[in-house]
Amino acid sequence: MTNSILLPLIVLIPFSGSLIIGFFYAFYQNKIKEGAYSLVGIGSVLISAVLSITVALDFFKNESLTSINYVAFEWLHISNFKINVGFFADHLSIIMISFVTIIGTLIHIYAAGYMSKDEGYGKFFAYFNLFMGSMLLLVLGDNPIMLFIGWEGVGLCSYLLISYYHKDTKNVKAGNKAFILNRIGDFGFLIGMLLLFIYGGAEGFTFEALKANISTVPHAMLTAIALLLFVGAMGKSAQIPLYVWLPDAMAGPTPVSALIHAATMVTAGVYMIVRFAFVYNLTPDVGLFIAYIGTFSAFFAALIASHQSDIKKILAYSTMSQLGYMFVAAGLGLYSGAIFHVFTHAFFKALLFMGAGVLIVSMHHKQNIFDIRMHRTLLPITFITMLIATLAISGIPPFAGFFSKDAIMAHAFASGHYGIWIISTITALLTAYYMFRLFFTVFFGVIEKELQKVNKSMQLPLIILAIGAALAGLLNLPHFLGGENQFSTWIDTPDKAIHISIGAEWILTVFNIILSAIGILFAWKHFGRNPQPSNAQSSINNLLLNKFYVDEVYDAVFVKNIRRLSYFFSTIIDVRVISEIIKQSSSGYFRLGVITGRMQNGNVRFYALYMVAGIIGMSIYLLEFL
Amino acid sequence: MIFVTDYMILAVLLFSIGIVGVVSRRNIIVLYMSIELMLNAINLIFVALSRQFEQLDTQIAALMIIAIAAAEAALFLAVIVLLFRNRRSLDANVFTLLGQREQPKNDE
Repeated sequence: MTNSILLPLIVLIPFSGSLIIGFFYAFYQNKIKEGAYSLVGIGSVLISAVLSITVALDFFKNESLTSINYVAFEWLHISNFKINVGFFADHLSIIMISFVTIIGTLIHIYAAGYMSKDEGYGKFFAYFNLFMGSMLLLVLGDNPIMLFIGWEGVGLCSYLLISYYHKDTKNVKAGNKAFILNRIGDFGFLIGMLLLFIYGGAEGFTFEALKANISTVPHAMLTAIALLLFVGAMGKSAQIPLYVWLPDAMAGPTPVSALIHAATMVTAGVYMIVRFAFVYNLTPDVGLFIAYIGTFSAFFAALIASHQSDIKKILAYSTMSQLGYMFVAAGLGLYSGAIFHVFTHAFFKALLFMGAGVLIVSMHHKQNIFDIRMHRTLLPITFITMLIATLAISGIPPFAGFFSKDAIMAHAFASGHYGIWIISTITALLTAYYMFRLFFTVFFGVIEKELQKVNKSMQLPLIILAIGAALAGLLNLPHFLGGENQFSTWIDTPDKAIHISIGAEWILTVFNIILSAIGILFAWKHFGRNPQPSNAQSSINNLLLNKFYVDEVYDAVFVKNIRRLSYFFSTIIDVRVISEIIKQSSSGYFRLGVITGRMQNGNVRFYALYMVAGIIGMSIYLLEFL
Repeated sequence: MIFVTDYMILAVLLFSIGIVGVVSRRNIIVLYMSIELMLNAINLIFVALSRQFEQLDTQIAALMIIAIAAAEAALFLAVIVLLFRNRRSLDANVFTLLGQREQPKNDE
């Protein structure tokens, strides 16, 4: 328990960094050099990373240490209901904060280069640090309320950063979209949390107390809670049907995309599900529902991604697809597998986005892969690192994605949900196809291209992340490859044990690799030499190019109707009904006022008359009644 | 024989004429004259009662009223002159500076 004071510091340092940067940006905007902002911005996250690793090392050294707690102060105390501002770390949160801070630091370094010469440099870093702080608060909070504060903070920062280039209305709309869709999810999450509090919060509302008392909650209510919490995860982690904000979130600067997609924000939903594993273990039906939503999201996103031509949109859909895998794992009870996929995905997805950022900057801010098309020798570092990331996401051994994805699919197969398994296998093939479609199109073009120089600080993080993307998978070598599943064992989530024979596991693995290879070959055949963007001739192509018209359907079903409803309220209900009631009820007083106002006409003779009338009245009173 | 009630009736008549004059006439000078008429109706009551009860107190009051009315007359005439200089008119309906100018409208 010695180092528990570090937990609040890990959260507070990025927050204070954000405050300092924000203060200086607000008052001394032009007098401060970019270097100072990036020094504070990167420094605060770096300190957090160092502290996180210190805490993690404590856990590694001391096998018996399962969790640490730090209560900063009591926030609410109403009779026997108590909410502490408390921080809590177990193996799960330690893993989360370690990679969040490390990858966050790398993205900050990258952003220092990417954003240089931007007029809002300080503002950007203030938001960035706030984002990190919120995410760390989300992970380290010891009760659902603290988690929710971080959860909302992350949502707010995503809004601020997506609409960062706020002079273009389109970007502001994208930010609004992300925020509103997240609000829908948050509503479900909030209701779920309240139900959890009403039925299970009698003995305290921390995660540990809830876990101990979860059996007192009636089963039907538990199912509702589990579903509602998952609605929150749908919004935050971009699953069907609340995913439409994620592709539009590409309106923000590229480092923002990297941060949202890799280290923070979208992984929050998965983390939350795993944190509430004690609820989901009692509700396997909801788990199955989550797994199916995950499967379809993965497949759906992969289909759309294979027809997009904007490099960032392809990556956005691939994130959604990979998140689908995480939910498959979490839904089927393989919580450690879900977190492991979050972990490996963070490396290769951050790397892919940063590589895409380098490409976009060097090609003068073009984002269409067919416009970017260049030769691999022009940007050798980007080429090699992106190759590693692409191989990792496609599930080619020995890169990170292979191990995490393979474990999930083996689990789906072994638990007997063959539908999920088949669709996720097809998705794996599609993943390899669309990622290599991007890769071949971008790097196997002509050599004569004029490139804009790219900042040094944008190259270094790529190399570090590439090492991570290549090797992170080895942390969790499965049994059949001679490993011991160290990561899964250590993280100690309440997984459902599934037994699968080593032979079957080999067959599945080889099958997956072959499928991925087919995907790559297919991509090479179509996009290796002479890539052509998808045309809109056939109806299926058209459907895919337009992303299944989901945005249009949502627009027609929800947005238009809600707008009509609010128009109705503002013009009919407000003006005709409410205003009219107020007007009518006040008009009596008004008329009285007009009449008495008429008496005050300024004419002396009338005043004399009133006076006489008054005297007469008084005289009558005196004579008659006294 | 003239009784005190006859004086009273005359005084009430004079006072009423004064009130009607103040309320119905528009000329400011006539207004002033009507006010003086009301004052003197009261004076008449005082004097009649003084004679009836053979006491001098009320006669003193009547004398005081005459003195004050004289002072008031000086002021009043001066004000009338000023009013006339300002507006070139002695119509009481013209001088409604303190009144409400126009009808307010009921628009929230």
